[in-house]
Amino acid sequence: MRRAAWGFLTPFLALFALFFVLPLGYALVRSLYAVRRPGLGFGPASVEFAALRNYAAVLADPVFRSALGRIAVLGLVQIPVMLGLAAVLALLLDAGLARAVRWFRLGFFLPYGVPGVIAVLLWANLYVPQVFPLAWTDLLAPPYVLAAIGNIVTWEYVGYNTLILVTALQAVPRSLIEAAAADGAGPWRTAWSVKLPLLRPALVLTATFSIIGTLQLFSEPAVLRTITPAVSAGYTPNLHVYNTIFTDDLPHLGAAQAVLLAAVTFALSIAFLRVTRRWSAA
Amino acid sequence: MRGRALACAVLAAALVYCLFPLLWLLAAATKSPSELYGTAPFGLTPHAGERLAGNLRALFSRDGGVFARWLLNTLVYAGGGAALGTLLAALAGHALAWYRFPGRGLVSVLILGGVMVPPAVLAVPVFLLMSEAGLTNTMWAVLLPSLVSPVAVHLMRLFSAASVPGSLLEAARLDGLGEAAIFARVVFRLLAPGLTTVFLFQLVAVWNNFLLPLIVLSDQDLYPVTLGLVAWQGNAVRDAALTTLVITGSLVAVLPLIAAFLLLQRYWRADLAAGGVKD
Repeated sequence: MRRAAWGFLTPFLALFALFFVLPLGYALVRSLYAVRRPGLGFGPASVEFAALRNYAAVLADPVFRSALGRIAVLGLVQIPVMLGLAAVLALLLDAGLARAVRWFRLGFFLPYGVPGVIAVLLWANLYVPQVFPLAWTDLLAPPYVLAAIGNIVTWEYVGYNTLILVTALQAVPRSLIEAAAADGAGPWRTAWSVKLPLLRPALVLTATFSIIGTLQLFSEPAVLRTITPAVSAGYTPNLHVYNTIFTDDLPHLGAAQAVLLAAVTFALSIAFLRVTRRWSAA
Repeated sequence: MRGRALACAVLAAALVYCLFPLLWLLAAATKSPSELYGTAPFGLTPHAGERLAGNLRALFSRDGGVFARWLLNTLVYAGGGAALGTLLAALAGHALAWYRFPGRGLVSVLILGGVMVPPAVLAVPVFLLMSEAGLTNTMWAVLLPSLVSPVAVHLMRLFSAASVPGSLLEAARLDGLGEAAIFARVVFRLLAPGLTTVFLFQLVAVWNNFLLPLIVLSDQDLYPVTLGLVAWQGNAVRDAALTTLVITGSLVAVLPLIAAFLLLQRYWRADLAAGGVKD
């Protein structure tokens, strides 16, 4: 029995060790070293132990900090808008007011099947007034580009989240809804007072995934950068990590940025789950 | 009745929001670069069919037909990665759901911890390790990391625990079936809906992963279609014809995944996704 269990686990665990544990350890070790170039930077370079100096440099880096700030603004606006919309759509679908619910669900879900990169290429055209007259101005210009990214992310994931919320609603005991109806509650009232509170655990779950996804935002700004100068090399934390390592050729500093970003992601998602625990259980 | 009309209006508006970019893509693929500007965005020009055929011909002949190559690569990365990855996750999930063994708790914690680690954080160290192993700029560099999904193991474990009756496993053992045979002949079939769901999730995840191929591949012949299209987009400033090819290519690249969703949606178990981390 034991042998069988390990037999089933070994193929996955071997790859998990190679592509999760080892890289994470490698990044941690690397973040503690730095390249030193003696003699005004013209001498032979050597790698030496730097303790936490890379981390201090990242924390003091204004680009990294403003990238985090930008992502925070995006997350604080985009996630509530997207999940609010998803909750409304899920409640409407569940109320059975519309016909052809299956087709609505499928239609909402389709953008999830569009790769993020292609979603950006697509929307980048729709943001240009000459191509798409509903765009009142160049929406890829600096004042709008963050909102433009938020809209792309919302478009990609609102249907996916709606589907998860609809499924969570299907698990609500029908007796509870019938009881509400018997008490004279209409569909609106039932949605607000009975179903919405029961949706809380699923909302917390989708919000957690959205927080993680927002902090990791890479392909949207990376692709937009090839289209508009409004997206800088350090626009989001992940883009900054990428450019630190591959454009600036500072792999050790980049490793420290990546580890810090992982730590922030981890801490924020745990904190969010903690804060919402009571709310979602109530 | 007024409430019903309002509900339908909101749903219809949301549907328009979700679908109009795709409809625009469909219309734009039937236009020449100059028609892209100044014609009705959703309208079809008189020679739309001709133009679409021309765009497709140009798409598949550009740079020695590299686009077909990109599609094929994507099929290998996303299809192969998702199929093999789902199988690995099913095996591991089955072990965690139905066997008691020392180290089970530790393995579970490791895998749950893995769910929290964002793949983007791993991409760079994976690249550095790959380059030490001499694997960068090979298909393996994209394929191998794509096989590992802790979320998939977690979902398969929940699904296995919920949909395989323990008594059936006992009966199979009494019949003298080995553990591997039990999995292959009894369990695998019961897991079908879970396997489909996890397969689709993995398919989307690999298809969406832009950072990993961007970092580990430099040879254009190995690109997945997303990376190839972005490379073309980057050159579109100098070569306006590429704009149309990127649009037509996007349409062609989106169709297989949408087809996969439409075909598999009957077997798709969204409750699995909804309950994924709650447990």
